Amino acid sequence: MNRYRWRTFGLEVVMVVAAAVIAFPVYVLVNLAVRAPSDTSSPIRPTTSPTLANFTQAWREGGLGGALVNSAIVTAVSVVIVLAVSALAAYPLARATARWSRGMFLLIMLGLVLPFQLAALPLYQTMRDLGLLGSVWALVLFYSGLQVPFTTFLYTGFIRALPQDFEDAALIDGCRPWDAFRHVVFPMLKPVTVTALVLNAIAVWNDFFTPLLYLSGSSQQTVPVALAGFVGQFVADWNLIFAALVISIVPILLLYFALQRSIINGFAGGLKG
Amino acid sequence: MTITPTGHPVSTGDRRSVPLISTGGRRSAPPWWFAAPALVLFAFVVLVPSARGLYYAFTDWDGLSPDFAVVGLDNFVGITRDPDARQAIWHTLVIAVSITIIQNGIGLLLALGVNTVIKSRNVLRVFLFAPAVVTPIVTAYLWRNLLGPDGAVNSLLGAVGLDSWRQDWLGDPQLALWAVVAVVVWQFAGYSMVIFLAGLQSVPKELYEAAAIDGTGPVQRFWSVVRPQLAPAFTINLMLSIIGGIKLFDQVYALTGGGPGHATDTISTLIYKDAFTLGEFGYSIALAVVLTIIVAIASTGQYTVLARNERAAS
Repeated sequence: MNRYRWRTFGLEVVMVVAAAVIAFPVYVLVNLAVRAPSDTSSPIRPTTSPTLANFTQAWREGGLGGALVNSAIVTAVSVVIVLAVSALAAYPLARATARWSRGMFLLIMLGLVLPFQLAALPLYQTMRDLGLLGSVWALVLFYSGLQVPFTTFLYTGFIRALPQDFEDAALIDGCRPWDAFRHVVFPMLKPVTVTALVLNAIAVWNDFFTPLLYLSGSSQQTVPVALAGFVGQFVADWNLIFAALVISIVPILLLYFALQRSIINGFAGGLKG
Repeated sequence: MTITPTGHPVSTGDRRSVPLISTGGRRSAPPWWFAAPALVLFAFVVLVPSARGLYYAFTDWDGLSPDFAVVGLDNFVGITRDPDARQAIWHTLVIAVSITIIQNGIGLLLALGVNTVIKSRNVLRVFLFAPAVVTPIVTAYLWRNLLGPDGAVNSLLGAVGLDSWRQDWLGDPQLALWAVVAVVVWQFAGYSMVIFLAGLQSVPKELYEAAAIDGTGPVQRFWSVVRPQLAPAFTINLMLSIIGGIKLFDQVYALTGGGPGHATDTISTLIYKDAFTLGEFGYSIALAVVLTIIVAIASTGQYTVLARNERAAS
């Protein structure tokens, strides 16, 4: 278990090969994205004279700039709202022992099981009646509610595992619950907040179904919807499509690589709670 | 934003540091209205629309016109008679079960691999999880090309001399459903891996060592020492993949659009088509109710079994 042996080396080779197999599509993605459309050689052959022309054309014709801004706004605003309301809700749900607390917790957890397809169509109508269709604010409102169960679940588990002494001390010293939450509890939630932030950001940034419904036909689009339109427009132009795909995944991959350590550790924390 | 204190002051009688007067062990609990903003948003977006959805499932509403009639169980009877719907329900179940088994099997193997002393373990952990971060429709469009007749998968098969294996993977109704499964597994095996890995790291080192001293082989050690400790990780992973598989939409939409024919239509893609291209809102939402029932049965059933296993393991 502890020493590096020949068998360990064998395992290492197997794992690296497995990773290479999993990474193969990414190689093809980048390989074709930097290839001139005139080059029709096999997709697995390394591109001989790489070009960035696909990227500039995809950027110009795909409306990706505006879509990236819209996606960034929707993601940032809804994630901030979700983290704030869920952390605040998780505090009494984790601490209070009264019956309402358990009932409220179960009610919110119901949201983990209800498929959004059930709510999506009636909500579509409500958004239309409120005049929010075609606006990114409809999405902000949507994700702010949709992500509550999952985020509250994460926070509640984490708070339950936290010792209660600090907040008790603060309350005894005359702190109001609100101040105890803001100054004592919330700062202690930082590890789970980072995990929740990244997982929510990924979920919101990546979602396709909802913006397809709520933004269709409008000029305001998020990245996945803009990509779907782009693919429809340049059906066979795969080099161009691949360049657009590469552009679209850069922001979320950067966020992931910047915070990957906290995310992977965050899973461990969540399991122990 | 300022929040005014409610009429529930911090309970004054009971403090652990002031054990002079007992008030029945009550401590100062945070007020319930802290949960109000989350509840309001959740109710607006999920609860109320879901309840309305449930109602529309019993109507013939087309989604536009102001009048519609309550038609009772007609939509549900219609579903049982609709070959497309029956097929979509079957596809949904096949996809959910296969994804759950294959994704978690591979995820577990990867987790066991990177939980050893191999030198590349940290890099592998980061890179194997990376596909799970990428937008599902992006990976679906990528794979749509890879699996095409002239795509990279066929090129690769040709390059290693397996020309006879070349296929139009997404164009063949028999294969297309499995292509969808493969793409989802490719994307999320790393996600399962990370959760299993978190579980593996909670296995006490002494347990491994004790088992190693007892001279048990790796398979037996896994079965009797590691597996019981992984029970919570299994619960989370299986729940996530079965629920995710049942609700799958984005990948199918971008990969095959439900085709060829209806060969890969799932309940989710059919809901979308019926509601927005056929204008059958009531019928489509009845399908959503069927989806809800399947999710509810699968998750409560699974949860009951897994919770029992977790108790047995601890």
